[in-house]
Amino acid sequence: MVRVFETFGEYITIMYRAFSKPEKAAMYWRETFRQAKDIGIGSMPIIAIVATFIGAVSAVQFAYQFSSLNLVPMWWIGSVVRKAMILELAPTISALLLAGKVGSNIASELGTMRVTEQIDALEIMGVNTPAYLIGPKIAAAVFVVPMLVVIAVFLGIMGGWAAGVGGHFYTTAEYMRGVQDGFKSYDVFIMLVKSVLFGLILATVSCYKGFTVKGGAVEIGQSSTQAVVYSSIFVVIVNFVVAFLLL
Amino acid sequence: MIEIKNITKNFGAAPVLKGVSATFESGKCNLIIGKSGSGKTVTLKCMVGLLEPDSGYILFDGRNITEMQFNERKEVRKEIGMLFQGTALFDSLSVEENVSFPLDMFSNMTKEEKLERVNFCLGRVNLVNTNRKYPGELSGGMKKRVGIARAIVMNPKYLFCDEPNSGLDPKTSIVIDHLIQEITAEYNITTVVNTHDMNSVMGIGDKVIFIHEGLKYWEGTNKDILKITDGELFDFIFASDFLKELRMRAHYENDK
Repeated sequence: MVRVFETFGEYITIMYRAFSKPEKAAMYWRETFRQAKDIGIGSMPIIAIVATFIGAVSAVQFAYQFSSLNLVPMWWIGSVVRKAMILELAPTISALLLAGKVGSNIASELGTMRVTEQIDALEIMGVNTPAYLIGPKIAAAVFVVPMLVVIAVFLGIMGGWAAGVGGHFYTTAEYMRGVQDGFKSYDVFIMLVKSVLFGLILATVSCYKGFTVKGGAVEIGQSSTQAVVYSSIFVVIVNFVVAFLLL
Repeated sequence: MIEIKNITKNFGAAPVLKGVSATFESGKCNLIIGKSGSGKTVTLKCMVGLLEPDSGYILFDGRNITEMQFNERKEVRKEIGMLFQGTALFDSLSVEENVSFPLDMFSNMTKEEKLERVNFCLGRVNLVNTNRKYPGELSGGMKKRVGIARAIVMNPKYLFCDEPNSGLDPKTSIVIDHLIQEITAEYNITTVVNTHDMNSVMGIGDKVIFIHEGLKYWEGTNKDILKITDGELFDFIFASDFLKELRMRAHYENDK
C-alpha cells in the first residue's frame, strides 16, 4: 500500500514539474508540434482502418439482428451505428489502440533516454526535463486524440454505410436517415470529454513509466508493457466513470 | 574551484560515500581514481547534482549548491559541461543539433551566431564535415569529441568527464585526454575527470584523488603517485603484472 502512495506521489511531482514554466517557449512549441505530428499523423492509418471496420462490422451485426427480429425498420441501423461510434466505440477503441502504439513508443523512448543518460545530460544543462520531455507529449496527446476520435467516428459511420449498402441490408437514403435521426450534440460533448481524458491518461501514464525507468534493456521493455497495460486499465475505468456520471 | 566537504551518501543501508572531502582547482585536470564500486561515480554525480548527498557540502566557487533551490541550482548548472561515459548524445538529433542544443535552449544568439559557435567547437575538437551526421553514424572516439564539443559550447566554468576513455583504443584515449587537458588550460576551466585509466593519470593528472571504499585514501599529483610503495593505491596502480615488472626493472636499473 505504501508503494502505491509513493508511486502516486512521484507521479504527481513529475506531472507538476511537467507543467512548470518553460525555459524557452519556442523550443517547447517545436517539440509539441513534433509530438502532435508523431501521435496524430503516425496513428492515423491504424485508427482509420480499425474504425472503418468496427463501423462496418457493427452495421452488419445490427442488420443481422434486426432482420431476424423483423420488428424494427432497417434505417434504425444508421442511428445505432452513429450512437455506438460516438459514445463508445470510437473513443474507447481509439484510446486502447493509441495506448498500445503511442504509449509503448513514449515509454520506450523516455526509458532509453533515461538509461543512456540523455535525461541526465539535459538535467546538467539546466533543462527542466519533465517540462521539456513530458509537457509537450501531454499537450500533443490532449490536442490530437480528440481529433483522431472525430476522424474515427466519421470513418466508422462510413464503414457502416459501405457494409450495409454493399450487403443490400439498406439503401444509402435509409442509412443516412438513421444517421441524422435523433442526433444530440450532448453525445459529441461526452465523446470529447472522454477523448481528452483518454489522451491525458495515455500520455501521463506512459511518460511516467518511461521517465522513471531504472536499469537497462529488460526494464525498458517492462516499462513499455506496463505503460500499455496501466493506460488500458485506466482508460476502461475512466470510460465507465464518465458514462456513469454524464449519461 | 570546487570544494566538497564531508560528503556522505548511502543507498539503502549500504554506505557508498563515508565523508569525502577534496578541492578541485581551476585551470587544472583534477582526476578522481579508484576501483569499480569505490564511489567515484557517486562522488561525481553528487557534484553535478544528479544525486543528493545525505550530508556534506559542495561549493562551486563558494556557492553551496546543496542548499540551493531548484531554480538557483539551474543557474549553476548552466556553467557546467559534462562528458558522459556513454556520451549521452541525443540519438534523434544530428551532430550540429546536439552541439547547438544548449544554445537553442538558453542563448539569445541568432541562427548564424549559433552555427558559428557550433562550428568553432566542432573544429576545436578536430571534427569537420560531420555536422549533418547522426550519433549512430559516428565512431566511439568521434562521439566523445562531439560530447566534448557539446560540453564546451556554453563556455563552461566547470567540466566533468565520466570515464572519458572507456571503450576507446589507447591511441584515441590519448587524443581525448590531450583534448581535455588543452581545453582546461585554454579556458581556465575547473575540470574533474573520473577514471581508472592509468595512462590518463600519468598523462593529464595535475591533481589526483584516490577514493577507496567510500573514503578519500590519497591525494597528490601524478608525479607523487609513482613514489607510492605499498597499500591500496599501490595495488590499484600496479594491478597488472606488466606494470609491476616494469617497476621492478626500473628499480633494478636504478640500483645498478
